[in-house]
Amino acid sequence: MIAKIRAFGAFWYDFIIGDDWRVAAGVGVALATTYGLSRTTEVPVWWIVVAGVAILLPVSIRRVTRRKT
Amino acid sequence: MNGSALFIAVFLACLVEAVEALTIILAAGTARDWRSAITGLVAALLSLALIVAVLGPAVSVIPLSGLRLFVGALLLIFGLQWLRKAILRASGNKALHDEAAAYQAALIAAQQAGTRRRGIVADWYAFTLAFKGVLLEGLEVVFIALTFGSNQHNIGLAALAAIAAVLVVTVAGCAVRAPLSRVPENSMKFVVGVMLTAFGMYWGAEGAGAHWPGSDAALLVLIPAVALYALALVAVFRRHDKPVVGDTAAARREGLS
Repeated sequence: MIAKIRAFGAFWYDFIIGDDWRVAAGVGVALATTYGLSRTTEVPVWWIVVAGVAILLPVSIRRVTRRKT
Repeated sequence: MNGSALFIAVFLACLVEAVEALTIILAAGTARDWRSAITGLVAALLSLALIVAVLGPAVSVIPLSGLRLFVGALLLIFGLQWLRKAILRASGNKALHDEAAAYQAALIAAQQAGTRRRGIVADWYAFTLAFKGVLLEGLEVVFIALTFGSNQHNIGLAALAAIAAVLVVTVAGCAVRAPLSRVPENSMKFVVGVMLTAFGMYWGAEGAGAHWPGSDAALLVLIPAVALYALALVAVFRRHDKPVVGDTAAARREGLS
């Protein structure tokens, strides 16, 4: 039973989070920061997610290519 | 713009997944037993329809800002996964997806497995191979169609795009009776990755309280910007020594090399 629950959890983890959990964590941080700042300041915050993606994507790819070399 | 983007994203994602599912069904049917493979396909389609019937109404009752934050975050994570793999493939760091090779691998595995009967299913291996393949590939499509459709208040159009893609692949599969290896899957995955990432950024940030300059028109900048950035990353990470095995012919065919 525990093995089945574990397999079920592993399936959903793999389906949603995928190969690199750091990307999911980074997206979470970027959106949480956007939410926090949008509630507390008048500063435009749309760029935070853009910056997050601009950083997360090459960093994640770099991790894979560095492993191969 | 949003309606056509919704249709293109769902159609392409569904087309790619349907091509992969077709390969698995062909392998299960050819190497094992067609009746069991088709039973597996029908069982998986019924399971997917049940998931849509349960999740569809549930998603539509979530308030829009909460929905956009939740869906945007998931789409962004999904999109970055697709885009990351597409960039790795296009830059030669990961073997391109080759449907003919995938078919051969599945065929050999299916031929070597033992036969077992369970209830009305004559060949349990063929049934589970087809069922799992269609369910797993279909789940991703269901997720994309539901999230795009609910956010745009147009689940009907998303469903239409998904059904159109499945019909195209079914007709082509019946005509060719072989894996659809000429479909430029890797390029299509690249486009889907770009669209999921751009829409994920837009909806996620908006759901989190951000206001995009130009409102919806921001997507007209975001989509090409993400595409250009991804292409730049392909150039930056391109392997100049030796691309990962099995990709040269396909890469040339898809114009990625």
